[in-house]
Amino acid sequence: MSSSLAARRSPGSLTRSNLSGWGFAAPFLVFFLVFLVWPLLYGVYMSFTGKSLTGANDSLIGFANYAEALADAGMWRSLGNTLYFTVISTVPLVVVALVMAALLNVGLPAQWLWRLSYFAPYLLASTVVSLFFTWMYNPQLGLINDALATIGIPEVAWLNDPNVAMWAIVIATLWWTVGFNFLLYLAAMQNIPHQHYEAASLDGAGAWRQFFSITLPQLAPTTVMIVLLQVLASLKIFDQVYQMTAGGPAGSTRPVVQYIFETGFTGYRLGYSAAISYIFFGLIVLVSVIQFVITRRRSA
Amino acid sequence: MAIQTLDRPASGTRTSPELRQPRKKMTAGKVAAVVAAALIAVLWLVPFAWATATAFKTETDAAAPKVSWLPPSGLTPEAFVKVFQDGNIPLWTWNSLYTSAAITVITLVISALVAYALSRIDFKGKKVLMTVIIASIIVPPPVLIIPLFYQMLALHMIDTPWAIILPQVIHPAMVFVLKKFFDQIPRELEEAAVMDGASRMRIFTQIILPLSRPILAAVAIFVFIGAWNNFLWPFIATNDGALLTLPVGLQTIKSAYGIQYAQNMASALLAALPLILVFLFFQRQIIKGVATTGLAGT
Repeated sequence: MSSSLAARRSPGSLTRSNLSGWGFAAPFLVFFLVFLVWPLLYGVYMSFTGKSLTGANDSLIGFANYAEALADAGMWRSLGNTLYFTVISTVPLVVVALVMAALLNVGLPAQWLWRLSYFAPYLLASTVVSLFFTWMYNPQLGLINDALATIGIPEVAWLNDPNVAMWAIVIATLWWTVGFNFLLYLAAMQNIPHQHYEAASLDGAGAWRQFFSITLPQLAPTTVMIVLLQVLASLKIFDQVYQMTAGGPAGSTRPVVQYIFETGFTGYRLGYSAAISYIFFGLIVLVSVIQFVITRRRSA
Repeated sequence: MAIQTLDRPASGTRTSPELRQPRKKMTAGKVAAVVAAALIAVLWLVPFAWATATAFKTETDAAAPKVSWLPPSGLTPEAFVKVFQDGNIPLWTWNSLYTSAAITVITLVISALVAYALSRIDFKGKKVLMTVIIASIIVPPPVLIIPLFYQMLALHMIDTPWAIILPQVIHPAMVFVLKKFFDQIPRELEEAAVMDGASRMRIFTQIILPLSRPILAAVAIFVFIGAWNNFLWPFIATNDGALLTLPVGLQTIKSAYGIQYAQNMASALLAALPLILVFLFFQRQIIKGVATTGLAGT
């Protein structure tokens, strides 16, 4: 394709192409530079200063913020919470999505009804989800404890028990966002060539066998992508925690994004907060690189 | 792979296995699948149902220690009436609507333009630009909140709608999705126009864009849902009560209404309603749109 372009190219047309190329890119570039590249770089600078919201201390203080962060138990705890949430949320968010899609792929009637019920929560704002679940988790008046009581399980203090709160958040998150992964799986399943199944049927493989020997292997690339996206999404956890537990009880659910937010806007320490932001960014890059290497090895 | 979904004929999403496979009679396995699917569906609908049941109760019934779906004093819309009289929900809905619409339009325009350049125009520095845009997909928005807030303060944009809108229009992943779609449009379609001396802009607006409607719709849906539901940045960028978007506004009612459960649920349901309604009407497009853009990253 590019050869036909090259053939057409006359002297001077490259300059014109340069002009129109950058011309078409310009509007995006302006926003990109002002609202992404600049803050990203400026944040690095901030992380080396003592900048605060209360007064000006713009002086460079070297790596002091980073040194403080690395010795900050609060930061490590919040990083730990974020990682813990990522691990215990990713598994159900992928597995339940797969189960939902596999059930529908059997060929159930009223497809739209299932899709609507599984996917609808994804259209809600985090605040709506938090209001719903805070109410259902209410220890005395809530629906969940009432249902548990009927099967003889004693009252659970969902959002007020440090041992349970994170799981409560995982359940709410599962309900909220699994529909997204479910749709990705469903689309991928419908792209599996039908002949695979016909051949297997002729060989006498049952539905169960077909799922494990055809569907699952064919879905492997999709699964890798979904896990990757889910891990990256889970690492950014903030909304539902902030809204449901505000990080409590006793800091047991406070994720690192909330720690960044609080250091900057409650503690007014913008420079220090920026430093933690970049430690968090480093973690995201690290995870991405690890996943990239794993996927490369898989496909190689 | 994701793009493939779009190449199917319009009836593509309907081609569920039940139509493609020779129809068998209900086997035991299929019955089990229906039961399991229904069980999950019920679980997934319970939060909506319970919120609705609560919203139609009186505050006294809502806070009754005994859980009941049909309260003793019957159902009443009074919580909804109170919430509406309050006036916040309509205001927040309007704020969410116009900021999300602006974000979607600006994103589409600037992303499609740059994607066209990356797909079709040979210009110096194109490879570098492409690499930088793809690399930026990795930047998590929470990392930017501190410097972005400081920058917005300096630009005097805090507590204006621009603070909500402008930082949300950069979607590098969507640029990539659009570029990949443009790449698949056969170049022959443009040759004739090039011979006639049509400008780049004309080719873009009259040939490329009309052919790209499905992907533009998909990107628009994805961006709109994201903007409509975004919490963290609008939460930081606005303190002015008149500017709050729905998700941010809702966060304030917990403290404002205290333990008024019926009103809380009525507000949450009213906030959920617009997108759920849109989804009921455009279900197929939305599902297709999410499936198409979803794998490109959020």
